[in-house]
This record gives sequence, C-alpha cells and structure tokens, in this order.
Amino acid sequence: MGVALDHPSNFMTTKLRQAVNWGRKYSLWPMPFGTACCAIEFMGSVSSMTDLSRFGAEAVRFSPRQSDLLLVAGTISYKQAPILKRVYEQMAEPKWVVAMGVCASSGGFYNNYGTVQGIDTIIPCDIYVAGCPPTPENLLSALVQLQNRVQHEGLDAVKERHSDSQTA
Amino acid sequence: MTARPLEILRERFAADLIESSDYLGDASVTVRRESLIDVLRFCRDDSRLRCVLLLDVAGVDWPGRKERFDVVYLLRGLDPGCRLRVKVRVAEGGSVPTACGLWKSAEWHEREAYDLFGMKFDGHPDLRRLLTHHQFEGHALRKDYPIEKGQMCYVPELLLTDEELSGGAARVGYGPDTVGLSDADEEIQSDFLPVNIGPSHPATHGALRVEALLDGETIVHSRTEIGYLHRCFEKEAEDHTWQQIIPYTDRLNYVSSLTNNVGYALAVEKMLGVTVPERAQVIRVIVGEMGRIMDHLVCIGANLVDIGALTNFWYFFNAREWMYKVVERLCGERLTTSYTRVGGLYRDLYEGFEDDLTLALTKVEEGLADVTGLVQRNRIFMDRCVGVGVMSAADALSWGWTGPCLRASGVDFDLRKVAPYSGYETYDFDIPVGENGDAYDRILVRIEEMYQSMRIIRQGLERMPDGPIQSTDRRVAMPPKDEVYNSIEGMMNHFKLVFDGIQVPAGEAYGFTEGANGELGFYMVSDGGGHPYRMKVRPPCFPIFASFNSMMKGQMVADAVATLGGLNIIAGELDR
Repeated sequence: MGVALDHPSNFMTTKLRQAVNWGRKYSLWPMPFGTACCAIEFMGSVSSMTDLSRFGAEAVRFSPRQSDLLLVAGTISYKQAPILKRVYEQMAEPKWVVAMGVCASSGGFYNNYGTVQGIDTIIPCDIYVAGCPPTPENLLSALVQLQNRVQHEGLDAVKERHSDSQTA
Repeated sequence: MTARPLEILRERFAADLIESSDYLGDASVTVRRESLIDVLRFCRDDSRLRCVLLLDVAGVDWPGRKERFDVVYLLRGLDPGCRLRVKVRVAEGGSVPTACGLWKSAEWHEREAYDLFGMKFDGHPDLRRLLTHHQFEGHALRKDYPIEKGQMCYVPELLLTDEELSGGAARVGYGPDTVGLSDADEEIQSDFLPVNIGPSHPATHGALRVEALLDGETIVHSRTEIGYLHRCFEKEAEDHTWQQIIPYTDRLNYVSSLTNNVGYALAVEKMLGVTVPERAQVIRVIVGEMGRIMDHLVCIGANLVDIGALTNFWYFFNAREWMYKVVERLCGERLTTSYTRVGGLYRDLYEGFEDDLTLALTKVEEGLADVTGLVQRNRIFMDRCVGVGVMSAADALSWGWTGPCLRASGVDFDLRKVAPYSGYETYDFDIPVGENGDAYDRILVRIEEMYQSMRIIRQGLERMPDGPIQSTDRRVAMPPKDEVYNSIEGMMNHFKLVFDGIQVPAGEAYGFTEGANGELGFYMVSDGGGHPYRMKVRPPCFPIFASFNSMMKGQMVADAVATLGGLNIIAGELDR
C-alpha cells in the first residue's frame, strides 16, 4: 500500500484484493446456527464481557441470506443435518464456516447413532474451535484466525474453496 | 400420606397383578395388559393414591424374555410420598392400550417409547417417530441396535399433512367458527398460510420446530417436532460406567449443569444406599441453587429478548458472567461442570469461594433490580404477557407439568418441600406460586425463585460445616493413597474402581430432584454389570413442550413466541 500525502489529491494505492479483503474481514456477519450448549457460550461471546462487536462481527443475523459467516454452535444430529446443509446453501458467497466446539468439529464424545461425526462431512468448514464448549475467548481467537485467512484469500476464493471441497 | 400404595392396589386388583415390589421404597407393580388402563385410571382417581401426574413412560428391553419389552409408567401424586410405577409386558410386535385418554402427557411419552423400542400403543391418535428422524429404520434403544450405527437423513420431514394444508383445518376442529370466519367464507380456508418456524430460528432458542397454519396472524393449527438435538444420552449411558455418565448429564440441561449433576448423583446414591457427608450435602444445595439462578437468568433474559426487550438480556448476562467466574474457579469449566461424583463431590470449595459467591449474588440482585424496574409494571411488557399462553392448573397437571411453570398455574408443588433431599427441609425458604398461569406469572415466579435461591445459598454459606466431601464407602470412593501403596486390599480396591467402575447392584429405582425447570428424574435399571442396563431421564421440559401445540391454537404468532421463551425449553434435555 502506498500513501501519497504530498500529491494535491492525497491518494492511496493498494491492491484490489487487499482492499476488498480488508473490508470483508472486519464486517463478518455471523449467523449462529446454535443447537446446543455452545449456543449459550455464543451468547456469552456477544454479551458485554467479551463483546464480539470489537472485531466487527456484531451484526448477528438469523437469516442465512443476510450473513456470510456460519457459526455452527452445537451438536448436529442426523435429523438436523439436511437443515444445516440447506442453510449453508442459502448463504450468498463469499461465505465462511466456523465449527464451534468439538461436537460440530468431530461429534465430540457423542459417537452414536444420532450424531453427525463432524459438520465437514456435510459442508465445507474453515475453522475448528476446540472446547466443550469453547470459552468466549476461544471463539474470539477463532474469529481473528478467520480474519487473517480472509485477508489472504484470493478474490476468487469462492472457486478455490469449491474446487477444494469437491476433490476432498 | 399414610396410604401404602401397594396394599391398596393388591386389595383392589388382586387377580391382575403379576408382580409387585417396593425395592428402595419405590412402589412398583406389574399388571396384565388387559387391566392396564383400569389400574392406571384407579391410580389417578382413587382418593388415597391421587397420582395425578404421569411423569414418564419408559420402555425397557429384555431380549431373552418371551414378552420382550417392559413399558413402565411412572406416576406421582401431589401428596408426599405417593409415587407408583406401573409396568406392563409386551412381546415384540405386540401392543399396549394407550393412556392418552387418561393423561394428555401420555401422547408424546408413548410416541417416544414407540420410536425407541417399537411397541405399538392401541388407540394412540398420532403414533409417529419422535426423537429419531423419519427416514430412520429400526428402533434405537433395543439392545440389538448398535450404538454407532448412524443413519442419514436426506430431507427434512414435512409436518403438516396435505389434508391439513389444503384447507383441512376444519377437519381437525379449527374451522371457521374458531377463527372468526363466517360459513360463507369457506373458500378462504384454503388460503391458510403454512409457516415453518425452526429448527434454526432465533425465537426457538434451540432446535425445536413448529409448523403452523396461519389465518392472518392467528394460528389455526400447528404441529411441533423435536429430536433435532437427540444425542442419544440414554444409549450412551448403557455404554458407559455409572461414573462416566456424569459429564453427559452436564449437557442435558446445559443452562444449569450443576443442578443436573446433583440430581444424577443423588439418583445413583439411592441405588447404592450411599450417604454423603454433611459438608458435601450443603455444597450440593448451594451449587444446585446456583444452577437454578443461572437457568432462570437465561430463561427470563431470552424471553424478554423475544418480546423486544433486549437490554434486560445484557443485564442478566452480566450477572450470569459473575456466576460463571465462581463456577469456573470451582469446577474448571464455565458451563459443563461435572462437579458431583457418586458419593460426594469432585473437589472441595476453593479458598475465597464464599466472598466470590457473595459478590456474584450481589451482582445478580443488581441485575434483578434493574430488570424488574424496567419491566415489571411496564405497560408494553404487560400487554405482551398478561393473559398470554394461559394454562389452567388442571390442564397443566394433565400435561405433566412440574416446576416453576406448574407453580405459575397456581399449584403449590415443589419437590424440595414435598420430598426434601440433601437436607432441604432444614432451610428456610418459600415457594412462590402464581395465579393465572400466563406468561407474566411464569416470569414473576422465576424472578421470585431466584430471590429464594439466594436465601438458601446464604443459609448454606453460613452453616457450612467442616469435614470430608466424599463418602468413605469403598464401593464408590477411592481409598486413600496410603492404603493404595501399602496394602493389597487398598490397591485392589483402587484398581477395581478405576477399571470396572462403580458396581451398582441389580434392581431398579427412580431418583428425582427439583431441577430448574421442574422434576428432573432418572429411572435406572441395573443388572449388576457395571453399566446401567437402562437409564431413562425424565426431562422437565419434555411434557411442557408437548403441550405447546394445544396452547397455541387460536393465539397469535407473536404470542406463541412470547410464550415459548417463558416455558424454558432446553433442547439438550428435551431431546436428550
């Protein structure tokens, strides 16, 4: 990035990719797909003590069409699975997914007939957050990690990700 | 209560009883299938028994037996001491007459038993799967169903039938009269709008689903569906040792894990006949009440968010954060505490616990003062809540309601008073009771309960005795290290407890506590094999949510939302 203060029109040069990603990473709109205990800790993350809005992610939307960050907070059962998939599909690109807690990441200690063994068996997933449930600080750390990733993505990250998920 | 239920039943139904027992003080009878309904009706109506609550219907699978399944009806009267377990045997593919005519709560309990075991209930109005999904094959809690055998579900289930959607609402009895249409407007009926709410919806606070048929904003017909968070607690329990189940109990009602921990430990101790030292009992009372306060904070906060009062949620959550600090220092986790052990506690209070907790309670009081100041006499709030979602006392009992929701309907019933445990009889506290059974009363009852819980906690802190926090009973407690290193008995004892776990003698019992949202019960069957043979949780919010459908008929959608939050449906214990 270059800043030209001595030029009469005070302009700045940067790469389009950097400028766009800079905007994207500080305005993530999360959609909490809260099913279980982790959703309570998500409430903790947005409330005054840790305050998610400090990281530009306070515009919580419960409609997938208005959000670009899917926060899967809680256990996904097989009964819930088709709904999660549809919600993911309803989100517009670019979109990112965070698996909050071990249940969403791997099924956790629910290795049984009702529980999906990790959401990445259904939808692509960007960040996995450890903990049962993760503390709000843990979730914030995941958010910062995701922001770093967003900053370094290509502008056609959508295509890249989708080709990834097909080959994976 | 002086009547002895078994004697009364033996006298009245001498020829119909196959077996009866009062193992561990739980009166239990096995009856012939033909006379099941008569016996149940007698238990409900007889003036000496008055078992007005059907707590639960549990299936038990005994693969080797000719009549393979037990169907167990857990009954409770409001009079102290009157509890009954009525069992009936049924062969594979066989059926039992339904109890839906006696208790409204039977409908969902029987659906669950059908779903997980496959026995039929004759005359049941709507015998479908409840917890597992509609594409699921087999019956998951049968002993021959492997625990890890997951089955994919590819499409969400449609709840409303085609008939209901195509103007069939009149068919189910909610026709023009109830929704204010004249007969001339009959064609309008097909214009009812189906609306799907959940299972991922901000107002459901968890994975619940309602499909409603709307006339304008009025719900003319709806169906509810649960099971979206069915994590198979009961199957997992059969796969773990008694001690290993404690972490799973955290995640039943994850908003008040501490209260669950206490409930489970008490139930297993009942099976074993273990007594817990005085200090551990007082600590259990304190943490149990902490759980209750934290539960009510979230419930009321979320309910207020639903009706547009977001600020209160922050006030309450700040108070909750103060409680979290204490809980985290005490147990190492904020939410999933696993604090109790069979026979005692995970660890003793830390130094400074009393000061921390006293400070946290002050913060809770501040939050309560802020919120009640904002809403209690607030015109908008009262318009949204007073007279909304009314449940009469008689209906509430028939639906199997317990806890604050039942008390808001005017029934003075609290297990801490009726059947005290952990020394609750020695504490001085009151049970708040509502009058109208509406959403407003439910909130106020919860608020008052928090003040009462704080009273209990303060008394507990004051009387905190010194002493051990773990029973010395070697069936459940680790021997002291000195013995482990220096005697073969001590070492073997340690080894057996670590490798085989606690050995609960064969038998069955029902342990219960007053959870934050009502009676939290554990019906346990042991075959002496080191694992529960069958573990049935009686979750307080299951029967409450079962009634939601009928509560909502003729109400506005916005009222449904205002009501749902105050019922405090926690998907973790609802679906288990």
